[in-house]
Amino acid sequence: MADLTVARALTDALDIALADPAVVLLGEDVGATGGVFRVSDGLREAHGPDRVIDTPVAESGIVGAAFGMAVAGMRPIAEIQFMGFSYPALDQVINHVGRVRNRSRHRFTAPLVIRIPYGAGIGAAEHHSESAEAIYTHIPGLKVVVPSTPHDAKGLLLAAVADDDPVIFLEPIRLYRAVRAEVPEGPFTVPIGAARLVVGGEDVTVVAYGAMVREAEAAAAELAASGTSVEVIDLRSLVPWDVEAVVESVRRTGRAVIVHEAPRTTGFGAEIVATIQEHALYSLRAPIERVTGWDTVVPLRRAEHHYVPTRAAIAAAVVRAMEG
Amino acid sequence: MSAEPQQLLAPDGTLHGDLPLPLGEISRLYRAMVVARVFDGKCSAMQRQGRLATYAPYEGQEAAQIGAASALEASDWLVASYRDAAAMALRGYPWSNLILGRTGDERGGHAPEGVRVLPPSITVGGHMIHAVGIAWAERLKGTDAVALTMFGDGATSEGDFHEAMNFAAVFATPTVFFCQNNGWAISLPTSRQTAAETIADKAVGYGMTGLVVDGNDVLAVHEAVRRAVSTARAGEGPTLIEALTYRIGPHTTTDDPGRYRDPAEVESWRERDPLRRVRRFLETQGAWDEDAQAAAEHDAGLEAEAAVAAAEMVAALDGDEIFSAMYAVPTIHLEEQRARLRRDGR
Repeated sequence: MADLTVARALTDALDIALADPAVVLLGEDVGATGGVFRVSDGLREAHGPDRVIDTPVAESGIVGAAFGMAVAGMRPIAEIQFMGFSYPALDQVINHVGRVRNRSRHRFTAPLVIRIPYGAGIGAAEHHSESAEAIYTHIPGLKVVVPSTPHDAKGLLLAAVADDDPVIFLEPIRLYRAVRAEVPEGPFTVPIGAARLVVGGEDVTVVAYGAMVREAEAAAAELAASGTSVEVIDLRSLVPWDVEAVVESVRRTGRAVIVHEAPRTTGFGAEIVATIQEHALYSLRAPIERVTGWDTVVPLRRAEHHYVPTRAAIAAAVVRAMEG
Repeated sequence: MSAEPQQLLAPDGTLHGDLPLPLGEISRLYRAMVVARVFDGKCSAMQRQGRLATYAPYEGQEAAQIGAASALEASDWLVASYRDAAAMALRGYPWSNLILGRTGDERGGHAPEGVRVLPPSITVGGHMIHAVGIAWAERLKGTDAVALTMFGDGATSEGDFHEAMNFAAVFATPTVFFCQNNGWAISLPTSRQTAAETIADKAVGYGMTGLVVDGNDVLAVHEAVRRAVSTARAGEGPTLIEALTYRIGPHTTTDDPGRYRDPAEVESWRERDPLRRVRRFLETQGAWDEDAQAAAEHDAGLEAEAAVAAAEMVAALDGDEIFSAMYAVPTIHLEEQRARLRRDGR
């Protein structure tokens, strides 16, 4: 076991993945500087500049080239610096990455990983704080995963690299160095599509992912002191997501609170709410609460605190659900 | 900086310079051009009969496509677009697949194992960078395979052209960029795509070699692409080749070129028909005659009938199957939706 931050757990995973000659890492500044978040620190030295590739500033080119490499039998990992910079590559993602398996009926596939740091909470510059996961979850043919712990960051990244389909790998920016935890050494995977039970509880189910998991966990701890037993589920994967784990939990608790920092309207929470009511409507004892960002641009540093859901907001939603 | 387009065969069939290929090989290329033209006519006719979805004819561009595709080796890749069936077929992509795809069936995109041809790109320009990634991967794997991408003049206006050219040049990937400048991007002439004198001139800005070739001269195209492929294979980087040609037909079966271009222009290009000049040349060499022509057309007709029959024999995908190629293994969500379709229909 090693005591690692999320960032270092990702470095460890990349280092292990790069042992396979089919794997390359490419993106802007991933080599010499180790990436803007230093996730690939030291990897160019370890694996060489042909395998840890500093590219021109061109997101569509990065993803399109990675797609070509994948079609030719490699397992490239493309890094986009921030989610707000990933949009130029959407044509590649939608029209090619997500489609090639179907349009060639399995003859050609795109087993690539696109790593995208995302989310608010560190007062970053404009376009550096987006949570646009719902854009990606709406694109057929992709998988979308979001780790929230060092352990899952490593295990999910190795699972993403091993996956035979394209995976959008979202890295919560504010968690990169916020937590340290024991992470097994050597290769291991966390299955894509399986949620993680963060804390068990009986009264309310809180479903979260990414940076919101810690907030939900903190809210649950506070509420436990006042006698409310909150179950927290970390989805870990958005496509496919673990319907069974969520529905089973809500059937027990009868109450649900969904948390994400992305905008509210057509956010991924809406999908979760819709699915819960399909499967567990008659178990519900209160309306399902959503704690989300607003349908606004993420405010800049000085006003960001008005936007990002807090543990207090989650606790308040749980209380409403209990009263519901 | 632009020079005259490279040419070996004049429109009247006169050869300028050395013979780049043995006569037998030229006859083979010519026969492939005859086959391609027969298929193109067949597909346009089938579209009018409602047997194909929208079709993008390539009449007039056979020399460009056959000349370029014939310069590749079996291990090389072709990443082409929707108007490049002649090139794809020459690389081993079955005509029955090409027709099946145009009937509106995804299985047309499944090339046989070993045929390194991607399904045709339908969006404009996004596929050029794939030939960069593929070529790059081949180099990383230590092979000497090359990737050639085909696109039109319109595609060079897309930002993706820039990114693909730039990546290829910066990383010296073994990629050949083959632009069929056919004069028109749907209703707009090349002059509305670029103010540059030639598309090949754009290569300069990337530190790449660019050249213009007579796209209706199968020998000149073959020779230019052969050299570019050889340069790429030797690790000396990519080349941009602009083949000057002309789209005799409409952009697709859905548009009427009479609305945007002068029929006299079309006629002037018919005078430069890419098939006629090869045939004339072969005839002057005693390598072709009326009988050979009749036999080639007859065989092409049979081949087309067989390909059409094979494509039309394929039963449509059933509802279950539309879910089965989204992932290696369908997700639980797709399985649930598949069950829903099975249960409720649409």
